[in-house]
Amino acid sequence: MNPIKTFHKGGVHPEENKLSANLPIQDFPMPKQIIVPLGQCLGAPADCIVNKGDRVLTGQLIGTAKGFISANVHSPATGTVAKVDVVMDHTGYYKPAVFIDREEQDEWAEGILVTDKLLTDIKLDSKQIIDKVKECGIVGMGGATFPTHVKLMVPEGKKAEYVIINAAECEPYLTCDFRLLLEKTQEFLVGVKILMKAVNTDKGIIGIEANKMEAIELLDKTINEHKDLYAGIEVQPLKTKYPQGGEKQIIKAITGREVPSGKLPIETGCVVVNVASTYAVYEAVQKNKPLIERIVTVTGKSVKNPGNFRVRFGTPADLLIEAAGGLPEDITDVINGGPMMGKSVSVTNFPCIKGTSGILLMTLREAQDRRQTNCIRCGRCAMACPMGLQPFLLHKVAKQNDFDETEKNHVMDCIECGSCEFTCPANIPLLDYIRYGKAKTGAIIKARNQK
Amino acid sequence: MSNTLLISLAVLGILGGVLAVVLYFVAQKFKVEENPLIDEAEACLPGANCGGCGFAGCRALAEACVKQAAEKGNIDGLACPGTDMNKVAAVLGLTAGTFEPKIAVVRCNGSCQNSPSKVHYEGADICAFANTLYAGEGGCSKGCLGLGDCVKKCNFDALHIDKETGLPVVDPDKCVGCGVCARTCPRGIIEVRPRGKKDRRVYVCCSNTDKGALVIKNCSVGCIGCQKCLKECPFEAIEMRGNLAYIDPAKCKACGKCAKVCPRGSIHAINFPAPKPEVPALQGAEPAVKPQPKPEAQPVETKTEVKPENTVTA
Ligand code: SF4
Ligand code: SF4
Ligand code: SF4
Ligand code: SF4
Repeated sequence: MNPIKTFHKGGVHPEENKLSANLPIQDFPMPKQIIVPLGQCLGAPADCIVNKGDRVLTGQLIGTAKGFISANVHSPATGTVAKVDVVMDHTGYYKPAVFIDREEQDEWAEGILVTDKLLTDIKLDSKQIIDKVKECGIVGMGGATFPTHVKLMVPEGKKAEYVIINAAECEPYLTCDFRLLLEKTQEFLVGVKILMKAVNTDKGIIGIEANKMEAIELLDKTINEHKDLYAGIEVQPLKTKYPQGGEKQIIKAITGREVPSGKLPIETGCVVVNVASTYAVYEAVQKNKPLIERIVTVTGKSVKNPGNFRVRFGTPADLLIEAAGGLPEDITDVINGGPMMGKSVSVTNFPCIKGTSGILLMTLREAQDRRQTNCIRCGRCAMACPMGLQPFLLHKVAKQNDFDETEKNHVMDCIECGSCEFTCPANIPLLDYIRYGKAKTGAIIKARNQK
Repeated sequence: MSNTLLISLAVLGILGGVLAVVLYFVAQKFKVEENPLIDEAEACLPGANCGGCGFAGCRALAEACVKQAAEKGNIDGLACPGTDMNKVAAVLGLTAGTFEPKIAVVRCNGSCQNSPSKVHYEGADICAFANTLYAGEGGCSKGCLGLGDCVKKCNFDALHIDKETGLPVVDPDKCVGCGVCARTCPRGIIEVRPRGKKDRRVYVCCSNTDKGALVIKNCSVGCIGCQKCLKECPFEAIEMRGNLAYIDPAKCKACGKCAKVCPRGSIHAINFPAPKPEVPALQGAEPAVKPQPKPEAQPVETKTEVKPENTVTA
């Protein structure tokens, strides 16, 4: 095993609470009707290409990507399109979606290989792989949902030296990536090889936090057993510290390189991909299977049966909560994602999509906003910030709508990890204000660049 | 010792004298002629620099007035919402163009009673931020978030959030119709409309353009786009914007008929005489007639009669 590495600036240690780590992935039964949102990635929602009354097959394309940063959407089930309408997403806003009345039996669209056999032979070349990833609508499944094919297109004049697989899973509670690593180890490793081929490099590094020893050992063992197949892949244990899985943090920890302010990771010669996305790449390239399902962790301290479920997109989240034993009495907050970066939901029946990594039910004691007081200038937020920013200052100037100052103080470098807010003894919602400042400042910078 | 003193004094004195002469000539050469009228005109303006006139500030408006007066001999189209433009015109030796007094109206009535909270918000108290985060406590994605961005921006202290309804209320005495609040609101809820004859005005107190079925889910007083008002209006002043009725103030004659037919009580008719108590049948359909006490200071009885601007349908 390689010695443990980490990033050094800032970081916090929230309670891990990986309650569902030992629970195997279960297939989640689909309801009669599924509701598939057309906007499932960062960027523009897809254009709907089916009409009411059409019969769609599992894996059939139903929405085409619109614009550069956008991803295709496929039907997660076989059935008839009941309507193309709007549905409330987790924020409470209405978003366009396709309603599909499902048939019992899956009938797969043409060209999709339905098999559980491990396929290790990579037949496609770099360009074909990227096209396939694009066609299958794969996005970053850690939560940010950035289209994966855009990441793989290394710009002219740059070279990708490493493919880094982000298996840190530093968010407390979430265990979906961990379970996938344990249960689909070989498929995942082939996925890494495919990514390496796509960006033309022979180095692939899997970064995992050291609290997932089982996965580290299993991966090490598998790679050693099949040296010929997985040559060039290395497992790098990382210190258990939040946000170890931040893109910039994991690059720094593994390669020691720092992504310059305002630049993309490729500047450091790294392409960072999430575990679930890597598995999806395997399925897409080897089996031609588009992204229509993912693993969702449903968890919380007072949840009766927490679990890791393989969920087809469009399944309403409240069914998952029911399967986990229903909403316990003492729940005050339902969070889409993990406790650090996830967002509280406005409704619980929102459909699961590509970015839904977990559904976390927070108990009253955990979620209760303790009373907010004034900043005491303790500086803990600045110590915790992994980007070396001064959150107390950004909070103040954002509140005053002084966007010159937010820009000068590098608000755009904030990765929105929430470490500052987590550590603030005055309970100031620092991240809210910083996000506000970041959005406003970003808009100003964009307008200025267009001139 | 005294020599040093004398030399210093002499050097500084001569230096001062020479520089004064230089400065005098430079000042003469680069003198900017500024019309003293600008200062006078500016003195008539409130000095709030609110931008309601469309210029960068009060001085910019004053300059524009002086310029236009010199070129065209009038100041038509130039107006500070907070000032009697006749005063400015008098300074410039003119008569002011016509200027219709305006007022801000809040086009949302999704109070805590009408659109009960489904979730509880605990984030930053900025509407613009909350707007990016979620639909709203009541669930309406077009309704007021109640965090008071508009209140913070008003230069004239004319807005405050009503504690009971959670909605901003315009003080008709203080509002000058500058429209800063309307430009601030991330959801475009506030509109600046003409005050109307006798201060009577009719408007749709809702901003939700969604289909009726979606509106009903979250709010008991939102416009459902049934178009009853549109058919009722004798002056064709009402148009549909998506599934939302909009009353064009230029065409509206303030007859108040639409307000009576609206099944949702979405249309507010302000400052109309209260309906006579002997026709209780109308009560159900008639909105905006239940006066609500103003917060502190103002004696409830006297004010609510004359100024039902801050009324809500309970
Ligand atoms: S952690 Fe909170 S109290 Fe301490 S300096 Fe930062 S904002 Fe102020
Ligand atoms: S309420 Fe609005 S329009 Fe009226 S003075 Fe204040 S900011 Fe201007
Ligand atoms: S009217 Fe607009 S700016 Fe004012 S409180 Fe409501 S949402 Fe915020
Ligand atoms: S009558 Fe009322 S609900 Fe119907 S369209 Fe007019 S304002 Fe909307």
